[in-house]
Amino acid sequence: MVIILQIVLFIVLCSTAGYFAYKGYTRVYKNIMLGKSEDLSGNSSERLKNMLLVAFGQKKMFKNITPAVLHLFLYVGFVITQIELIEIFIDGLTGNHRIIFHAVESIPALRFIYVFIISFIEVLSVFVFIATVSFLSRRWILRVPRLNKPELKGFPIIDATVILLLEIILLTCIFSMNTADMALHKGEYGFLVSGFLMPVFAGCGDTCLHVIERIGWWGHMIMVLAFLVYLPYSKHLHILLAFPNTYFGRLQPKGYISNMPEITKEIKLMMDPSATPPPADANAAPVKFGAKDVFDLSWKNLLDAYTCTECGRCTAACPANQTGKLLSPRKIMMDTRDRLEEVGKNIASNNGIWKEDGKSLIENGYISVEELRACTTCNACVEECPVLISPLEIIVQLRRNLVMEESNAPAEWNAMFTAMENNGAPWQFSQQDRLNWENG
Amino acid sequence: MEVKTMAEYAASGETPEVLFWVGCAGSFDQRAQKVTRSFVKILNHLNVKFAVLATEESCTGDPAKRAGNEFVFQMLALQNIEVMNTYGVKRIVTTCPHCFNILKNEYPSLGGNYEVIHHSTFLQQLIEEGRIKITDTDSFKGKKITYHDSCYLGRANEIYEAPRKVLEELDAELVEMKSCRTKGLCCGAGGAQMFKEDEKGTKRINIARTEEALESNAQIVAAACPFCNTMLTDGVKSKDKQESLKVFDIAELLAAGQGLETIIL
Repeated sequence: MVIILQIVLFIVLCSTAGYFAYKGYTRVYKNIMLGKSEDLSGNSSERLKNMLLVAFGQKKMFKNITPAVLHLFLYVGFVITQIELIEIFIDGLTGNHRIIFHAVESIPALRFIYVFIISFIEVLSVFVFIATVSFLSRRWILRVPRLNKPELKGFPIIDATVILLLEIILLTCIFSMNTADMALHKGEYGFLVSGFLMPVFAGCGDTCLHVIERIGWWGHMIMVLAFLVYLPYSKHLHILLAFPNTYFGRLQPKGYISNMPEITKEIKLMMDPSATPPPADANAAPVKFGAKDVFDLSWKNLLDAYTCTECGRCTAACPANQTGKLLSPRKIMMDTRDRLEEVGKNIASNNGIWKEDGKSLIENGYISVEELRACTTCNACVEECPVLISPLEIIVQLRRNLVMEESNAPAEWNAMFTAMENNGAPWQFSQQDRLNWENG
Repeated sequence: MEVKTMAEYAASGETPEVLFWVGCAGSFDQRAQKVTRSFVKILNHLNVKFAVLATEESCTGDPAKRAGNEFVFQMLALQNIEVMNTYGVKRIVTTCPHCFNILKNEYPSLGGNYEVIHHSTFLQQLIEEGRIKITDTDSFKGKKITYHDSCYLGRANEIYEAPRKVLEELDAELVEMKSCRTKGLCCGAGGAQMFKEDEKGTKRINIARTEEALESNAQIVAAACPFCNTMLTDGVKSKDKQESLKVFDIAELLAAGQGLETIIL
């Protein structure tokens, strides 16, 4: 009876979590698809290579060795622990206990492999524990500058801490589960770390051990499900999105900024006096230059925004930020995501139709003109990002809107534009004097 | 100084090996003009057949594009492409990383397909071909040179070694600043910042970079970009260190090493 009840509870928990997770992930997907379409197909072998090196292989993390090693512990620990989850899941569905162990216990070679894998996971979990505690202390005790910038106030710092605390609870569950189980079976499994931890429960009777084991088992499962559901609301979503984001990362040199074909057409007409403009399409949407809101950005920019885990390597490297300017490339990504979330909510609450809210990604508590102006387009942020996010693309798109739609440029830039148009140089010099350097 | 224009070459029915794209800074900025002359001295000394567009050259459009004005950029780009395609330009060398980047990366989709080389790479190739002979070994002896990575050469196009290779030819010690190569700190000029006042902050970016250059204890900071050159020169001036830290372009230093130029250290 208890077993049936456990199975039912397990299925109810998993399907509820599955339902909410599904809703969370489809929300993210729909929001990303609100961006402008951009064809990033093709070059699949180069893209796959990037994904394997940068996301799977963590290549760019290793520019900074301490966090790279700690992060590697978490990453490898997280991936390998999933193996144990397979057994836990089957046990939960069938009402068994360590079904794989019992299937293989009489075959010495397989039994050895089982014990080796679980012990390996336990050892990794110790490293994960060290990494998690180090990360918490980097945020709260050592106060690493990039983890304590103004844009992290409020939800972002809570989010980061919650994820780390969940991780610690998860590890505690795994170890209490295995240790109690080991103690119950007089250490017959032979797991490495929990065998070492057995004396902790020395004073417990069988019932007590059994209860601890169950709490550990259920706690582990619940933490995993909580993670799954929480992920699409958290910066931690990078553990999934890092893969598509690196796959679809830019393949051009970082210095390349895309040209706008709609402008090429107009200028070619301007330059050719005999050309006749094509008949205007009355149904065509008015052309808007650059981006004012999330709809005007490419879906890749929006995927970037959801992939950002707010590590702040970009902001730490940004020359404008280093010299006290408002610009923070991380904030560009966070603001883009937050505005996208707001837009997504608006659409969801209006039966799938966007209701104009009089706001945009520029100002309105999101990205300010002052921030946009401070960028030197130096690519330090792009270079630093471990998952190939480009804050620079968004900055340039927003600058285009300011300059070409709003005529919003500093007076010096307007003078520069005029000089460029009239004299073919950003300064007021005559084009006829271009060879004067010869006579120096 | 012997300089022939594309128009002159075309008139005589000849084609030059390479078009030297001088750029606006190289044409008009007094400091950058010196760099242009040093580079031309090297080209002439080695009998490289080059031409300039002179009055037919316009700004590539880089500052407008990075400021967000795609109209002005494409207007200039399409004009430049028309001029260059008329002359049948195949190969371009330029002393400006911004011109280099935009000509190489952004002109092709507008119809301008050329082999574009930055002067650091061009000079490195001449060195590798054994065409450059260093005659002045005294001026640089015992001196330290630090190279400042231009963002548009370095991160933007991953050219880190060529300018360093050029400097290694000189009889000086090459030292690195705190942030270099992929982590090189910007001079503060890119993205059209050169043409406007800074936003409110605690420091100017060129001052931060100059401080790093001073910390390296070098006597020379070598730039490979006219805008970096200006920014660093201003930085050194505002720190009042003109006597102990000089800013030069790699072309000026290499010209001096060949005895084509006298620079005062």
